[in-house]
Parts: sequence; C-alpha cells; structure tokens
Amino acid sequence: MTTEATSAEPDLALTGFASALRHAGLAVTADRVHLFLRSVAALDATMTADVYWAGRAALCSGPDDTARYDEVFAAWFSGQRSRGVVRRTPQASVQAALGDDGEGQDGKRTLNVAASATEVLRHRDVADLSATDRAELARLFGTLRPRAPVRRATRRRPSHRGDVDPRRTLRAQLRQVGEPSRVHYRRRGVRPRRVVVLIDVSGSMRPYADSLLRLAHTMVQQAPRAVEVFTIGTRLTRVTGALRRRDADFALRSAGDVVPDWSGGTRLGEVLKVFLDRWGQRGTARRAVVVVCSDGWERGDATLLGAQMERLAGLAHRVVWLNPHRGKPGYEPVQAGIVAVLPHLDDLVAGHSLTSFAELLEVVADA
Amino acid sequence: MNAEGVSAVGSAAELAERLRATGYLAGEGLATVGYLALALHRPLLLEGEPGTGKTSLAAGIAEALDLDLIRLQCYEGIDASQALYDWDFPRQILHLRTVEATSSDAVVEEVEKSLFDERFLLSRPVLRALRESPAVLLVDEIDRADDEFEAFLLEVLSTYEVTIPELGTITAEVPPIVVLTSNRTREVHDALKRRCLYHWIDHPGLAREVEIVRTRLPGVSARLAEQVARSVHRIRELDLLKPPGVAETLDWARALEALGADVLDVESAAATLGAVLKYREDTDRVRESLDRLLAS
Repeated sequence: MTTEATSAEPDLALTGFASALRHAGLAVTADRVHLFLRSVAALDATMTADVYWAGRAALCSGPDDTARYDEVFAAWFSGQRSRGVVRRTPQASVQAALGDDGEGQDGKRTLNVAASATEVLRHRDVADLSATDRAELARLFGTLRPRAPVRRATRRRPSHRGDVDPRRTLRAQLRQVGEPSRVHYRRRGVRPRRVVVLIDVSGSMRPYADSLLRLAHTMVQQAPRAVEVFTIGTRLTRVTGALRRRDADFALRSAGDVVPDWSGGTRLGEVLKVFLDRWGQRGTARRAVVVVCSDGWERGDATLLGAQMERLAGLAHRVVWLNPHRGKPGYEPVQAGIVAVLPHLDDLVAGHSLTSFAELLEVVADA
Repeated sequence: MNAEGVSAVGSAAELAERLRATGYLAGEGLATVGYLALALHRPLLLEGEPGTGKTSLAAGIAEALDLDLIRLQCYEGIDASQALYDWDFPRQILHLRTVEATSSDAVVEEVEKSLFDERFLLSRPVLRALRESPAVLLVDEIDRADDEFEAFLLEVLSTYEVTIPELGTITAEVPPIVVLTSNRTREVHDALKRRCLYHWIDHPGLAREVEIVRTRLPGVSARLAEQVARSVHRIRELDLLKPPGVAETLDWARALEALGADVLDVESAAATLGAVLKYREDTDRVRESLDRLLAS
C-alpha cells in the first residue's frame, strides 16, 4: 500500500486509508476521496473522531458499508497495519459449483425419436444435463423473451380517450389567441411493474441454481430498473447489481462472488423474514410480482415460513412459487414447507426445464 | 432570513449547540456531518429507520440558522413541473383576453413577451430554494421518486442553477442547504450518492432518548420520560414488524400526558399502545409481555 503515515503528510495517510477501503470492497471513487480530503480539511485532522465521521460521510454509501469501514478504520489508524487490511477474498470455487458438477447424474437417455436435439434439450430437466448440454442450454437462454408486467402509472399521458386534459386544451387555445378549439384528452399510461425474484441457493437446489440465475439475468437485462434479484439460503444477498452486467457468464460469476452461502442449508422462513423486514415491507415487494424459486424444503417448523408468506401475499401484487420438482411425474405438494405456503400463493409453477422457464415468464408477464 | 447564518457556524459542536436550542439533539456523528454539509456546500443524504428524525433535522437546521425551510415531498411519478416551475396557464389566458379587450394596437411580440413574465411563473420548491437561498431545501423520501427524477435532481444539485427557456438561467447566489432523506425502499443511484455526504441515522441510546422526550415535551415528568424511553427500547428488541422510532416514543409520551397519567403502568400502557405500535400482530405480542416490559 502507500507510504508510511507521518504527521507531516496527513493527506498521504488519508488517501492511503481511502485506498485501503477500496481494497476492502467499498465503492471509493476519486471524487469521493476528494470530498473526504476537503471534509477533513474543514474539520480537525488531528482529531480521530473528526476524521472518522468525515470518512464515514464521504466514503460510505450505505449501512452495509459501515461495519467494513469501522474495521478498516481501526486497522489503519491504530498503526497495526502489519496485520494487513481485510481484503475480501474472492470465492474462486463458485464458478465450478455453478457450472458443470459432473456428479454421476448425467445418465444420458438414448432418444430414438426424430426430434431435433435442441427441441429435446428444451424439455429436459436441467439437473440431469451433461456439461456439453449445459453449455448448449446456456446459449438457449438467449432465446427466452421476457416481457415486463405493467401497472397503471400515476402520471396521465395525452391520449385519444380518457378524461379532459385542461392544461393541453388551454394551451391549444392559447396558441389560437384564446379561441376555443379541439378538446384534448389524457389518461393514465402504463409503467413496468416491479418484479422481485428470490432464488434459493441451498444444497437441495444446487442443480438448479445456475439455470435460475441465468433466468433472472435475462429478466434483469430486459428491465434493469424494474427487476430485483436476491438469493436466499442461510442468509439474504442482493445480486441485482451483479446481474445487470450484460454478459451472462460474467454476471453469474460476479453474482457468485457476492453470495456467501452457496449450497448451504436453508432457513427459508427466517431469510424471508429478513427480506420482508429490510426490503419487502419498505417498498420493494409492495405491488410487485414476487417469484420465489425454491423446493420448499424447510427443516424444522414451517409455521414461521407460513406466516412470512402470508405477510408477503399481503404486500405483493402476485406471488408465484417456482418449484423444480413440480414438473416431475408423481409430484405432490406434501412437504411441510410447501403445505404451509400453498394457501398464500397465486401460482405454483414448475421450473426444471427451459420450456417451464418460458412458461414462468408468461405467468409473470401477464400478472 | 439572514445570510450570515450559514457562515456563522464555526464548528460541529456549535451546530450541535444551536440544534439543541431548537429542541433537536444531534449525536456527535450527525453534528459533524451536518457541519460538513454547511461548510462544503454539499447536499446531505440521510438514511435510517422511519421515525429517527431525518426530516426533523432539516427543520431543526432551518430553525437554528433562522432560514426558510422549503420542502419537496417526492412521490412516484413526480416530474420537473412539480419540482421546478410551471406556467400559470389560466392566468396567461386571462391576461391575453384582457390585452385583446383593452388595446387594439398591441404588438404581437410584446404581447407574447408579457405572457412569459415572472408573475405568471409558478415557482415550485427547487426553484424557490434557488431563488430564496440561503434557505434549507428538504427533498423528502427521494427513494419514492423515479430514476429519471433522480437524474434531474443530480443536475440541479451539482450546479445549483436552472434554465427556463423563456426567462433565462436562474442561479443561486449562495447554494441552499440541501437535505435529502431516504427510507431505502429502493437503492438511490450511485451518481446521486456520490454528490452527497452520507449519514445513516440509528435509534438513539436510552439516555439521549430520555433527553429528547424531556426537551420536546417539557410537561412530561422525568420519571415518565424515563419509563417510556426504557419501554420503547425493550419493545425494539422484540423483533416486531415495525419497531417504533423516536417519533413514536414522543407520540406515546404525548398520549400519556394527554390522559393525565404521570406514571406508566400496565393499565395506561395498554390504553395508549396504539401510539407506539401500528400493526395488530405487534400489539398482540407486546400486550402479552406488557408487565415484563414495564418492570424497571
């Protein structure tokens, strides 16, 4: 990192601190550093508290940043830099976990029908695919055409029907020096409705996590501002930012870097509660189409899950549950988790093959 | 209004002192960040749980510095004509008719020019703040507005000027003090965040909350204030749908005061619980453990 912090060159120490923060994963940009230096100059650079607050105001951009900020601040200004600033370790194993896990599940069926390979692939369960088929399927995701669901907007737009628009009518009159002329009309336009996708990344959903994230990626690409994606497992992680990157593989890899709990356990009820407390109730889930992608395997008591789904149903416009096992023959919704949530769902859809994903997109678009 | 007000604040401690005089108790962090916003002419972006005093800080600063508070409440679909300016069409038409009726030899250009006069301009909050600055501009709940509006706001906040095609550019002589608040229903765009000083307001500690109640409601006894604040702190630990904020604490104390209760017991608490909790599920949970919560 930069040079030794001496009292003679406080600016160097401060920019060094800023770059340490950047290494710790905060979005520290040059103009923010500039603002930080100006802030410290306006205060007292020899007072630890002043430097602390100036940095927190200038360099942090959300409550999630503050814990890391505190850590780096303590490490940097206590002089124990030898211990090294906590560099966020990229989770290199993720890509492998997402992509081809060559577990002996790829029992290839011999197909003697005269259907094209692509057509067959569309209907196959994504969990049973070999590595080559997976790559081919990844390409086929590009053929999905998500449509954003719409809602009525607050703003009225000029239209041929609807109610009289006094402003425009008067403006037209004004143009003709006050002579009454054609009456203008207006009515409410449409705007994309928010879609929230919650993807279960626990161990039992592992074969599907990659495809579901790809599905979410196509949805985010189609309406970047109207779709929010979170992963749920043992904790809640927002991956919308990562999925906004255009290239699917790159987006998935960056999503992999932010999610700490791949293939862990599930605490559906608790994590759903965290989502509703922190995001859902404040507005993210309000009047939105919420898609929960999970097999509904809840260890232990499912009452909390049921209660949280009831809450979610009260907030959301429509709640869709995607269960990969639903597409399998002989599936009955009998697991405790699914039984608990079933009364609060608007749709329960399958989600195991590309065709079923296309069907899900239809359900979402028509919501 | 006084122009010296802004520059007269020399340190964070002084700002805290002045805010205290208006009844707003700011913590060390908030006072420092607030002072920086004044000293560097940067907008201040405040986030935090509902009811932690984001909006009242703007009111407090306005009162402490003896400036006007201009408030812009954001909502979905808000656009520039509601935030910036609009022309008063009905009055323009009226004016046109009057000109038509009184003078027969009006010159077209002059009539046109008189139509876009200052007196037909409806100043909306942002324009008002620029024209009347020094003033405090509060942009409340920015997270409710659309992305497009954020981009528009970004433009105004970086130059502190606005161009009206018919009139020309209006620039603030002194940049107004801008306070933005957000409840985080949506992530505010990074570009806007980078323009601002950021502060997350937490619930205050017990001692500070007692002090807030005592300052805001001088009629409430020290004992009652302490009891109310302590109970609210315990309620916050209960993991409720909507944990009460400072605003609710004040409401509760006010409600108890109105009922003439000078001590918080199970009976008076049960009667006034509606001031603190706004969900039936929460009320049920708290009611079950009310005696434990009130135990001192």
